[in-house]
Amino acid sequence: MGTTRQTVELAPRLSGLQARLRYWPDRAGLLGWTMLTPALVYVSVLVGVPFVLAIVLSFSAATAGSLSFSFVGLNNFASVIRDPTFHTALKNTLFFTLVSQALVIVLASIQARLLTVAFPGRRAVRFLVLLPWAAPVALSSMAWTWIYDSTFSVINWTLSALHLLKPGQWLYWLGTPDLAMAAIVIVHVWRMLPFATVVLMAGMTSIPQDIQEAAVIDGASLWRRMLQIEVPLLLPIVAVAVLFGVVFTSTDLSVVWLLTRGGPYNSTHVLASLAFQRGILGANLGEGAATALFLFPVLVLGAVVMLRVARRTEVGA
Amino acid sequence: MQRVIQAVKWTLFYTAVTVFVVFAVFPFYWMLVTSFKQNRDLYVGATNTAHIPWIFNDPPTLDHVRLLFHNTPYVTWLSNTAFTGALVVGITLAVAVPAGYSLARLVGDWGERLGIGVFLTYLIPPTLLFIPFSRLVSALGLQNSLWALVLVYPTFTIPFTTWLLMGFFRAIPRDLEEQAMIDGYSRLGGIVKVVMPLSVPGVLTAVIFAFTLVMQEFVYALTFVTSVDKMTVSLGVPVALVRGDVYYWGSLMAAALFASVPIAIVYSLFMDRFIAGLTAGAVKG
Repeated sequence: MGTTRQTVELAPRLSGLQARLRYWPDRAGLLGWTMLTPALVYVSVLVGVPFVLAIVLSFSAATAGSLSFSFVGLNNFASVIRDPTFHTALKNTLFFTLVSQALVIVLASIQARLLTVAFPGRRAVRFLVLLPWAAPVALSSMAWTWIYDSTFSVINWTLSALHLLKPGQWLYWLGTPDLAMAAIVIVHVWRMLPFATVVLMAGMTSIPQDIQEAAVIDGASLWRRMLQIEVPLLLPIVAVAVLFGVVFTSTDLSVVWLLTRGGPYNSTHVLASLAFQRGILGANLGEGAATALFLFPVLVLGAVVMLRVARRTEVGA
Repeated sequence: MQRVIQAVKWTLFYTAVTVFVVFAVFPFYWMLVTSFKQNRDLYVGATNTAHIPWIFNDPPTLDHVRLLFHNTPYVTWLSNTAFTGALVVGITLAVAVPAGYSLARLVGDWGERLGIGVFLTYLIPPTLLFIPFSRLVSALGLQNSLWALVLVYPTFTIPFTTWLLMGFFRAIPRDLEEQAMIDGYSRLGGIVKVVMPLSVPGVLTAVIFAFTLVMQEFVYALTFVTSVDKMTVSLGVPVALVRGDVYYWGSLMAAALFASVPIAIVYSLFMDRFIAGLTAGAVKG
């Protein structure tokens, strides 16, 4: 014990001396930048360059076949905006994102609250409800496609068996525009719910117990405790969960692509799936890039909120 | 009266829990049941409410699994995924471990800002980048090859693992390294001999995380890879296992089950570590 204290006292003088004597690996700054450079280079080259290229492409008539760029100004944007499918896709992107995230945050609040209660089997339940987030979306979406099958849908069978569907009545989940939308929202909610729940649970457990106890002693009702203690304290972390959900949902194409490919009659396209269809399948890179760029404002908004939240937690800490 | 209220409360509670569990688990259960059902049990008259699809009406069968492993490229897809995953994890660790440590300890105030900057790149989604990437990939002559995936996947694994590792490194007491340096190690020596052994759990979490991200990725694979024998599991199962309009649902669900459930279990077991790493990264060290 005594020796430990001694060395700690000696540390500043010794490390100052050493820093001057040793070669570069001991100079924190230099070593730090050396260790950081590969990551910065990889990310800035392989995210930065394509990002700039995305903007360049959106102003060009580039196709997948040729490697030449021909500048066409705002033509791509103009033809994208004239396209009625684009309007549907833009509306759908907003609709899917807002509705599914609203549902996610409401359900996640309930689920997180349930999971903070101590009950037998809680660990198992927690484990099970987290599974959807971890399973590869391409594979779990196939399970959903089968669940929504036009002939063998288990949902329809169950509804019929419960007499909620009339005899002969049958829901074509992925074949009717409104139902296809509902189907996609359900899969998004299913997939994003675990993540939001975990983030909220982390937030709830980080609320100091003594604040809650003090409030109980002061006679605050459960309702007031929720509104005046939990909600304000949870707000930053809820913001993070919502932000992630919005960014992931609004930019995702896999669920839509796997369930409906944008159909029936282009009614379920989102910006990302439309960009894929135009840019990759249709080989019109310019229009594809222009379509995808309409997602950019969402990201900027996301980044701004993220930075503000990060700054606030910094001040708090 | 008190006991009745209590009983009602618990009933409501367990009902809610059950609803959530069923919602979360049902697609997995459906994969499982479908994988092992005989065809005549699967494709029975759909409107026939007398035939219950929820259970095995006929004895389970391994036919679909056999078909999957013997008559489809499923095994090739699994090995493609393992190959891509191993290389991506290697690149990610080589780049993210030093970067995470550096951000946590060495570069001072810049660490904070750069850390958030690196993390924000994770928010830039594949859907904004897949079109320019397809251009780059064909310019490099990597189209329709797993190497395109090996090159591109670290763009999302590096930012996240760097952030995660930054949090883990911050959680290791500074005194330990200072002690090592006083004992005569160089700073680099201190990192290798003292910090690294302590960060094994963190690095393991990063490995698992990077690998699961590779398994889950769909958009880039869909864009770059077109040959059936070059596909990863996430691409091959939905795209190449469906022949024309014919869905072999038994084999399809078996393929989804075997590839997704193990990875989902491992990932879920590490979920707490992710959260710990995430929040530790967000708190100033």
